[in-house]
Amino acid sequence: MDIHEYQAKALLSEYGVPIATGGLAYSPEQATYRAKEIGGDNWVVKAQIHSGARGKAGGIKVCEDENEVWGAADDLLGRRLVTNQTGPGGKGVYRLYIEPVVPFERELYLSMVLDRQTERIVLVMSGSGGVYIEELAETDPNAIVRIHIEPAVGLQGFQAREAAFACGLDAGLIAQAETLLLGAYRAFRDLDATLLEVNPLVVTEEGRLMALDAKMSFDDNALFRHQNVSELRDKSQEDPREMNAADRGLSYVGLDGNIGCIINGAGLAMATMDMIKHSGGEPANFLDIGGGASPERVAKAFKLVLSDDRVEAILVNIFAGINRCDWVAEGVVKALTELDVKVPVVVRLSGTNVEEGRRILDESDVDLIAAETLAEAGEKSVAAVSWEAN
Amino acid sequence: MSIVVDEKTPVIVQGFTGRMGTFHAEEMIDYGTNVVGGIAPGKSGSDHLGLPVFDTVRDAVNETGAEASIVFVPPPFAADAIMEAVDAGISHCVCITDGIPAQDMMKVKRYMRTKRVEKRMILMGPNCAGVISPGKALLGIMPGYIYLQGPVGIIGRSGTLGYEAASQLKAIGIGVSTSVGIGGDPINGSSFTDHLKAFEQDPETSLVCLIGEIGGPQDAEAAQFARDHMHKKVVAYIAGLSAPTGRTMGHAGAIVNGAGESAAEKIEIMKNHGVTVVERPSDFGQVISKLL
Repeated sequence: MDIHEYQAKALLSEYGVPIATGGLAYSPEQATYRAKEIGGDNWVVKAQIHSGARGKAGGIKVCEDENEVWGAADDLLGRRLVTNQTGPGGKGVYRLYIEPVVPFERELYLSMVLDRQTERIVLVMSGSGGVYIEELAETDPNAIVRIHIEPAVGLQGFQAREAAFACGLDAGLIAQAETLLLGAYRAFRDLDATLLEVNPLVVTEEGRLMALDAKMSFDDNALFRHQNVSELRDKSQEDPREMNAADRGLSYVGLDGNIGCIINGAGLAMATMDMIKHSGGEPANFLDIGGGASPERVAKAFKLVLSDDRVEAILVNIFAGINRCDWVAEGVVKALTELDVKVPVVVRLSGTNVEEGRRILDESDVDLIAAETLAEAGEKSVAAVSWEAN
Repeated sequence: MSIVVDEKTPVIVQGFTGRMGTFHAEEMIDYGTNVVGGIAPGKSGSDHLGLPVFDTVRDAVNETGAEASIVFVPPPFAADAIMEAVDAGISHCVCITDGIPAQDMMKVKRYMRTKRVEKRMILMGPNCAGVISPGKALLGIMPGYIYLQGPVGIIGRSGTLGYEAASQLKAIGIGVSTSVGIGGDPINGSSFTDHLKAFEQDPETSLVCLIGEIGGPQDAEAAQFARDHMHKKVVAYIAGLSAPTGRTMGHAGAIVNGAGESAAEKIEIMKNHGVTVVERPSDFGQVISKLL
């Protein structure tokens, strides 16, 4: 789960990471009021969306007076910002974060991630901040320091100092850096984060380290033990179809094609999408209906797939282990009877109770195309689309 | 032979009396697995499915001599259950549970390493379908009848895609020595490489089929191991060619975050290391039958 910058900053601040005093605004009036509260004579108005690279997309505006703050807020609120991470649809701006402009001497990069190779949390830092770390990793890998953290004891002070020295921080800043890094690590560990990124981390003109931006993501599987984090979920930033699916125990990812997929198991779902591609078609979605799927859940899956109006055919591919083909078949019949399905439906059943499942489909009077094998399922769904198109 | 389990391996079930534990314990017993009891804290002294129930894994191991365990414990408590198995000296453990926090698994892996290598528990999963040695034993949730006994070893992240492969093989009369699920989570108990090593030593296995997917570094590692240390043939399929970057595809670990994690890159790596790639998921049977 992703959260907004202002939320990440509030969390990090509780763990001793210095941030600027900012304020949240939902309207231009609120934005000007926040700027007044904060004081000073220049501010940054920052669009709060679940994406990085907001600056390049025009989501961060520096303002010299209250009128400009009002104008920036008025311009940003309600807009959809398209960044290189949001996809062409962009993300809606409904919240703004107002901060004073912080003059700084230098920028650094800080992140922590769960590294799958070493199965540890790794601290990544660089003396060159405000950059894309992926680019830096290619052009100047020596400018990046990586510290792997032993899970039994956690990040140690000497490791934090090592990272700080490697970034070329002045001796006077090392103690501050140590406190900041240890705090950030505790936040990461205690809250079950999967990503923490402070880019840039700056040394202010007053000689203090400060997180100017902050991004955090959390392990969905651990949200059960962090009510304070779960409450930060902002549904306005999620794809409505995916959200809808998640709330119904289905795993869905929208894609750009026209063949809707209803599959059990993540691996088979990906393989079926690939099969469609190999057969010359394009999948419209990834959808895993999970184990033990009831007829109701199958029918819900149909509704979900059909909510995408680009879908021109549906492929149901089930290899039942703990699922039951007869239940799935009942679900298919239920969906085709109750919903107004105007597109061709290809069904391939295999595994537990397959005979019973096929019998249910045969004996019903619903219109569908049966497939025996995975190859046939791919070919028939692609053929169904082209046939419809002609 | 076969790897991980055979018909003699004494097995206990953690989370024995729950709905999932009960259902699958029955299936495993029906398949012929030597299930000797189960764990349900606070219920010791009672019987379940005609087998003894124990409070702790240690008690179960002491009383029954259990060597393998299968975990059906809900996500918040599953890591704890796995560590209990480690502590009690279980040698092979399968964790079916989907949804264990990644940091819990980091601790589990760290705890597993506190034992000497030769005594270290081998963990399959979490978030996997388990292990089956066809005709011998089932330590998992897969439908037993889709597997024929034979010479192909299977190691896969996904349950249902493993079923697909096994049934394509069965359709043309090819069987499986053991099928091992390593699970779809970001941190797995054991890797492709761990099981490649075991299959290389297993006289009943003559070819190994890897079923990988997007995300994580371990497919590349396996390709390198196959080239450098395997005498047996290795074929691989990687799911997710059509998956977009940065999106989680059902499995918590199926996400392309960085270089080398996409299906296209992994396929390239496999080929560069001399591993035969199954290009289409409908071709497991065809490709493997040609190589046997």
